[in-house]
Amino acid sequence: MNNPEHPRTEESPGKPNKPVSLTVAQPDTGNLRHEPHEPPREDLPELFEKRRAIFPQAVHGFYRNVKYVVMAITLGIYYATPWIRWDRGPYAPDQAVLVDIANRRFYMFGIEIWPHEFYFVAGLLIMAGIGLFLITSAVGRAWCGYSCPQTVWTDLFQHVDRLVDGDRNAQARLARAPWGPEKIVKRGIKWSIYLLISFWTGGAWIMYFADAPTLVRDFWSGQAAPVAYITVAILTFTTFTLGGFLREQFCIYMCPWPRIQSAMMDERSLTVTYKDWRGEPRGSVKKAQKDPQHYGDCIDCLQCVSVCPTGIDIREGPQIGCITCALCIDACDRVMAEVGRPRGLIDYVTLEDSKREAAGEPRRLPWRNLVRPRTVIYLGGWSAIGLAMLFMLGTRSHLDLSAAADRNPPFMLMSDGSVRNAYTLKVRNMESRPRALEIALDGLPGAAMWNDEESRNSAARSMRINAAPDATRTVRVYVIAPPETAAQEFRFRLRSLDKEAASDEAQIQFAAPGGQDQ
Amino acid sequence: MKTVANKRIDEPTGTETVGHEWDGIEELDTPMPRWWLWTLYATIVWGIIYVVLYPAWPLLRTGTEGVLGWSSRGQLAQEMRAENQRRAPTLTALSRVPIERLPDDSRLMRAAVEGGRAAFRVNCVQCHGSGAAGGNGYPNLNDDDWLWGGDLRAIEYTLVHGVRQPGVESTRNSMMPAFGRDGLLTPAEISTVADQVLSFSGKAKPTAAGATLYENNCASCHGPQGKGLREFGAPNLADAIWLYGSGKGRIVQQISNPRMGVMPAWGGRLDPVTIKMLAAYVHSLGGGEDFVEVAKDPAVAVDEQP
Ligand code: SF4
Ligand code: SF4
Repeated sequence: MNNPEHPRTEESPGKPNKPVSLTVAQPDTGNLRHEPHEPPREDLPELFEKRRAIFPQAVHGFYRNVKYVVMAITLGIYYATPWIRWDRGPYAPDQAVLVDIANRRFYMFGIEIWPHEFYFVAGLLIMAGIGLFLITSAVGRAWCGYSCPQTVWTDLFQHVDRLVDGDRNAQARLARAPWGPEKIVKRGIKWSIYLLISFWTGGAWIMYFADAPTLVRDFWSGQAAPVAYITVAILTFTTFTLGGFLREQFCIYMCPWPRIQSAMMDERSLTVTYKDWRGEPRGSVKKAQKDPQHYGDCIDCLQCVSVCPTGIDIREGPQIGCITCALCIDACDRVMAEVGRPRGLIDYVTLEDSKREAAGEPRRLPWRNLVRPRTVIYLGGWSAIGLAMLFMLGTRSHLDLSAAADRNPPFMLMSDGSVRNAYTLKVRNMESRPRALEIALDGLPGAAMWNDEESRNSAARSMRINAAPDATRTVRVYVIAPPETAAQEFRFRLRSLDKEAASDEAQIQFAAPGGQDQ
Repeated sequence: MKTVANKRIDEPTGTETVGHEWDGIEELDTPMPRWWLWTLYATIVWGIIYVVLYPAWPLLRTGTEGVLGWSSRGQLAQEMRAENQRRAPTLTALSRVPIERLPDDSRLMRAAVEGGRAAFRVNCVQCHGSGAAGGNGYPNLNDDDWLWGGDLRAIEYTLVHGVRQPGVESTRNSMMPAFGRDGLLTPAEISTVADQVLSFSGKAKPTAAGATLYENNCASCHGPQGKGLREFGAPNLADAIWLYGSGKGRIVQQISNPRMGVMPAWGGRLDPVTIKMLAAYVHSLGGGEDFVEVAKDPAVAVDEQP
């Protein structure tokens, strides 16, 4: 830290430590030089580190455009999805995506998930996990750089900063300026916009849990459930603080994912890399022109640093603060074009390819990096779960029967010596219409059954019940078998009496006395 | 391990070291982010506000009360009041409906069964068991055998007045003579009549002597065919259910020195609605009888025990 003007450039990886002393003439960023760690005061180091303010500069280029597109798509999906309607007939809600906690249903377009089918949700979560591994091993921290909500909202808020305060320099100037009318007004406007976005974000979230138009009306007329207001308040607050103020602090200190990803990545995962073999030693354009032999391609203009949303210097090598948003690539490519050097000094490249390039070999073909055992295994696992779930979705019956036997007492001896068992049947009608169903005994010769709303006189081998639309019905049934019936297995068969003729069955034990006399 | 007392500033990072060294490895005293510190302060402020608002510090006998006046006990009382209010309409409806009409309203019936299930767990499981399956000497309430009748009204009556309760008006009352203890029959005669009783369910050969003995001593209560008589709570001797056991020894014992069950009169202890709910629950266990069925179906008789 002898050279506070230019910290740590001596440590650029892969190069012998030649003393580099550079003076950079960059009037617009000169006094905003990036200082990874401010030299502490000699007397007493501070116990707590003040957050370094970051004012990323606006940037244009390919990756910036990709980021805009991803941002538009993800925010669009998030805000708009609850408003999509989906006709499910008179008995079910017409919201395309709805997590109906009160009625314990999850609707997603044509799919309707019941609580006992929660494995679909578990499967989706596992797929999301493996998907993240797959993406990370193939194209690095693309999730972090483009589609992580923290990234998307931070990006959004940074645009608000630019809209209200202006670009990097204006932002920094305003931040340093003492509180005055201008600063108060601008901060007021900016934070109001933050708050508006945050509120809208929290509001969109609760739309997923109730009929959106009704909820909006109830919300504004004060009739929505308290949990709705509380949820909106919490999400407004977290969006406001995380998106508005904590930003990269969240990625660096709170998020566990960057710590795990290094295990997902290897030498052949794409990542944002500064090609030190090409850039070092750095020197300003002037110096480089004077002594072209000595200097590398990096003109030390610090554009890459000033556009970085997490405020790091990618030239120090791969680091946890880098979310691989590739904005520094856009910035540096422009610089390279201006000074007439090939683009890609900072590049989206695998570490292995970067080494090959350094040695003068050509890069691998992109698919060679994408298709390798690790990615193939992830993709295999991911698609296997996906296909299995699709198969189950396609073949699942919209009728479900489960049976549980009474355990206390396990069986009952009747006055005529016959044996009676009691069962609780759960019948699920997963169609959005009422249905007539038949439950029949299969096996257990001589047995008959009745349910607890009828009398034993109506005992028969089968009975009819009506199932309400989209509901679970619990039926308690008694099964009576002739004297001397031994313990054995039998089945309940459930069958719908409509034209669809769906069916299900449940196998269960019939308990009987062991023969001892009291 | 060597401990270095004087801390120093680490050159490359500019951070102070903690002051320990292990085999040349030192630990940096990297500062926490400031917002972290502020979060800590915020929790402290929150804690102070909480202590002011809510009960917090235990004192010798009581504790600080907090300015909101909230207490978990008070909250419980409030929730209980709310719950009682919620249940009030159902309970009122239950108190109004005559028990004969209860099955007509399936919603009310279900509520009664659920309420009865809860009351049963508190009051009845000690004798009849948690599954209402009874035990030796305690009637099983799941089966279709009833000593004093198994329709809703009969069950409610038994609950209110109890069985053989001294001092309770119109309690269910009857007595089986102690044929052995009081010397009404000789042991040989008792054995013969026990065989006769067993013959009703095909477990022994009937005899002429046995028939006469039964006719003279037992038929007045248990009926000529041993089908029992509910007026006296006299068990059906011809079915498969035995309250005190079906082996010959057990029957001889019961004739010689009979046991007769008692049941508390719940009319004085539980309110009428609870009793109604209990009746509905017991009736729902699978052996409950219809009102008409009692008269119609002579086969249905008395309660006992497998
Ligand atoms: S933008 Fe490119 S040229 Fe400028 S400092 Fe960064 S790496 Fe060097
Ligand atoms: S170093 Fe480059 S890729 Fe990494 S976060 Fe900063 S701008 Fe994005």
